[in-house]
Amino acid sequence: MNNVTHDVIIVGGGPAGLTAAIYTSRERLDTLLLEKGLCGGLPATTDLIENYPGFPQGIKGMDLMNKIKEQALRFGTNVIEFKEVKRIAPAGEKIKVQTDEEQYTAHAVIVASGSTPKKLNIPGEEEYQGKGVSYCVTCDGPLYADKDVAVIGCGNSGLQEGEALLKHVKSITFIEFLPHMTAEKILQERLQESEKTRFLLNHMLTSINGDTQVNSVTVKNRQTGEEEQIKVSGVFIYAGFSPKSKLLEGIVELDSSGYIKANENMETSLPGIYVAGDVRSKKVRQIDSACADATIAAISARDYIRELA
Amino acid sequence: MASENVQELTESDFDNIVAESELPVLVDFWAEWCPPCKILSPRLENITKKLKGQLLVGAVDVGENPNLAAKFNVTGIPTLIFFKDGKAHTTIVGAVSEEEILAAFNKLK
Repeated sequence: MNNVTHDVIIVGGGPAGLTAAIYTSRERLDTLLLEKGLCGGLPATTDLIENYPGFPQGIKGMDLMNKIKEQALRFGTNVIEFKEVKRIAPAGEKIKVQTDEEQYTAHAVIVASGSTPKKLNIPGEEEYQGKGVSYCVTCDGPLYADKDVAVIGCGNSGLQEGEALLKHVKSITFIEFLPHMTAEKILQERLQESEKTRFLLNHMLTSINGDTQVNSVTVKNRQTGEEEQIKVSGVFIYAGFSPKSKLLEGIVELDSSGYIKANENMETSLPGIYVAGDVRSKKVRQIDSACADATIAAISARDYIRELA
Repeated sequence: MASENVQELTESDFDNIVAESELPVLVDFWAEWCPPCKILSPRLENITKKLKGQLLVGAVDVGENPNLAAKFNVTGIPTLIFFKDGKAHTTIVGAVSEEEILAAFNKLK
């Protein structure tokens, strides 16, 4: 444990955390950013990002995140990677941030811990993880050259990653629980034009089957109740996300799904603790909306620290 | 991935090195394009230090060596496979913790 009190501790090195760091560091606030793995967040596992302004031809997720990290470092943010925050709690007027081995203290904390791909909790999902079940096209897509695969979920993530996957595989069956797709229209159009894709809307994935590796999935038509078995070697799951908010459970107010509640200034229910990005309770979760949250959180934190002084 | 104490293995030398090793071998199947593989890498480097003289640690780039990935049914990376007496023994998938790797090693004995 050290006795230094930082101005701001930022939890998470994705788009929100790094953007908050740019702003607080430019305010000359002593900023410490703690990231449990490597900086980059979810976009680092995204192939091509086409809807982030300023890159007319799109930009690789990893490249964008490296640039944002470089920008934060340029203004003096102290970034520590491989440092997982376990708990955040108030300590008088300060806030304690606990990792496995250390305890840090700050006047203000910005939580940008993000979210993690949601598990479907269906038979075969756990058993075949890494044996045909994947949550990362960027990582595992190239290992499915010329194979038939399924992508679960027709939101932006599913279709965007599905498009990257098309370069490798023989065919993709997209399976969507809702009767319609929620992904951007342009993505829907491009993927529907491909001869290698097939769409099963209003279908529920009921099981993932195989021997030592996945060899099929079972889907149920939600309207007729009819079941169908589809031969695939791989299943890529993009069925939404779960918040990484455990570190604040019982400390600040969460919504019924576990996302952290905040007002328009990104203030949580506890003074000095701010939230930004995917872990915040809200409707839209995009890179630029995460950056917008982070900008607001950083400026709110700055004003809060000023008033303390 | 290969690093100071993690030996690079390829399709041409894999069989010899793994079969002839007197120590059990832990092989990391990874690729440059895979962010979780980079998270696992420093943990493996620590493992080599903790288990020096007890375990040989190698890395196979699945992008460069697709036949090795196919041979061992690697369809998700990072994948770690322990080999004992030249035979695949235990498989772990994902950027797991050092503790999980150590536990798997201890079960191997």
